[in-house]
Amino acid sequence: MPAFKKLFSGVTLWTWRRSRWINRRGDAAFSSCRPKVCVVGSGPAGFYTAQHLIKGRQDVEVDIYEQLPVPFGLVRFGVAPDHPEVKNVINTFTQTAKHARCNFYGNVNVGKDVSVQELQQAYHAVILSYGAEGNRRMGIPGEDLAGVYSAKDFVGWYNGLPSCRELSPDLNCDTAVILGQGNVALDIARILLSPTDILKKTDITHPALEALTESKVRRVLIVGRRGPMQVACTIKELREMVKLPGTRPELVQADFEGVAQALPDLPRPRKRLTELMFKAAVEPPAKDEQERRSKASRSWGLRFFRSPAMVLPNPDGTKAAAIRLAVNKLEGSGEAARAVLTDEVEDVTCGLVISSIGYKSLLIDSSVPFDSGKAIVPNQMGRVQQAPGLYCSGWLKTGPTGVIATTMNNSFDTARSLMEDLDSGNLDMSAAKSGAQHIRTLLEERGVKPVTFSDWEKIDSVEVKRGESTGKPREKLLTVENMLQVAWA
Amino acid sequence: MASLLTAFGRIAHAGVREYARRTAASCPASGLIGRSFVTRAQPLRSDNRVTVHFINRDGEKITVEGSPGDSLLDVVINEDLDFDGFGACEGTLACSTCHLIFDEDVYKKLGPVTDEEMDMLDLAYGLTDTSRLGCQICLSRSLEGMVARVPESVADIRQSQDGSSQ
Repeated sequence: MPAFKKLFSGVTLWTWRRSRWINRRGDAAFSSCRPKVCVVGSGPAGFYTAQHLIKGRQDVEVDIYEQLPVPFGLVRFGVAPDHPEVKNVINTFTQTAKHARCNFYGNVNVGKDVSVQELQQAYHAVILSYGAEGNRRMGIPGEDLAGVYSAKDFVGWYNGLPSCRELSPDLNCDTAVILGQGNVALDIARILLSPTDILKKTDITHPALEALTESKVRRVLIVGRRGPMQVACTIKELREMVKLPGTRPELVQADFEGVAQALPDLPRPRKRLTELMFKAAVEPPAKDEQERRSKASRSWGLRFFRSPAMVLPNPDGTKAAAIRLAVNKLEGSGEAARAVLTDEVEDVTCGLVISSIGYKSLLIDSSVPFDSGKAIVPNQMGRVQQAPGLYCSGWLKTGPTGVIATTMNNSFDTARSLMEDLDSGNLDMSAAKSGAQHIRTLLEERGVKPVTFSDWEKIDSVEVKRGESTGKPREKLLTVENMLQVAWA
Repeated sequence: MASLLTAFGRIAHAGVREYARRTAASCPASGLIGRSFVTRAQPLRSDNRVTVHFINRDGEKITVEGSPGDSLLDVVINEDLDFDGFGACEGTLACSTCHLIFDEDVYKKLGPVTDEEMDMLDLAYGLTDTSRLGCQICLSRSLEGMVARVPESVADIRQSQDGSSQ
């Protein structure tokens, strides 16, 4: 269908929508000023919230503020480089960003360059969707030794997050231990063990690819405090491990005691996940699989019923040489089973320790209500408690769990709450707001120059071009300075 | 029909359409001729179309046509059906947002399910025994008049607790 025709029928629809809105809203609540909304953070939560608002209301204007010069948050800096299909969501985000009622302002650090309060003065509503930038600490001795990294930093390093550029992890050891058995842990294990022939066709950064090419890591142990029936990863990621070329699974049969009996009563997703693990651990492999395993030069293993107790240093105390794991027993069963420490410990020699026990949202502005225990903004369906006009979505709203589609749904929910408040009059629309106009003036006074979406497109095309020569989908720019240079060239 | 569309939906789907064009994606289940070939090389006659009834989240029935070889995701995109968040990964088996539910007799006609599709379905909200991913269902004459229900939420219930199990 030609573009003009699309556009035309689109207009028809808007009219229809509008009349529906007006009918529902009634004349009393009708306000002539356009709702101006801003979103803080341009990851999936920010973009999905913006998308739903723009789609649901034909009058709302949405500005998206982003700390970095580049958009898309964890789609760019979190999603594993060998999962390019997940990054297809960027196409939809790009369409949102290019919508006439949407604007992107990168390189703006909310909480520093401009306060949340100032945003609230300039907009009818402010949606916080800046995610979970921090990481949970293990809280064990030796955690700060060289050779110990947080998953967040390690992932940021191979994905080109500017703040993690200088991580340069030491991969000069045989065994790596990852604490945590979620999908992030499996992503890291896969990246550490994948043949570099696979990785070199992804958008993994050049320095990370070089380091992985030289890597001596041959064995990755993924440690969880509970058992096989409680692992946090999902089946796609586990299947990728089971099939990972050049590797063999290293699982402990005894860990699967009683699992076969429990299988029939498990809900389908947990059942299929457990079956896959069980098969890899216990069942004798078929001939071709046996052959594949015997040729493998690398291995991965899931270690169950273990909690990190301390990282043990090498003799001169300069870096990690081993990790002491406390052995747990399980109390209860199923998802609610609890890990309880026993007196037993086990030391595992390893030169690389990665703690992947969860991300954590941080408070960016002291004026925002924050539950530091749960590390979320306290909210009801995305409405920040005790703060009219303030909303939240994504990991800041729910805590750092789930995949992009989970975030999509919770972001749609927040957008719906906001639209309900517009309809009901709960959102103060009595005054027209200046929106980005005012904020841009403030930023200019403070010497901050935002990066627009078309600036980002320049960065994008330079990155894609840089990738072309080496057969990669893109070669990311690794510093903020570099990004800004290209954006404003 | 047009009233069900939104300008935004159209725009949002443009990316998907570009993707489909770029890859000239053929229906994964077909194993026959690439759907793009079928749809472009032959003039479309109504007798070469397959009628599909979608039931959207509001329970409304939307009747559209697709070409044999199209996936149900292709149909949703080509017809600009406004199912929020549908097909987020653009038919690459990396999400479960194109989850559809079928009657048992239709389900039986849909062909085999791969492990990879089952893996993604496991994360779909409101999973049923007759659930499939729309991107993996290939239209054929034998599916004429099929009914596909969009579940109430596209939420992916992957409680991955990423790493937080410690």
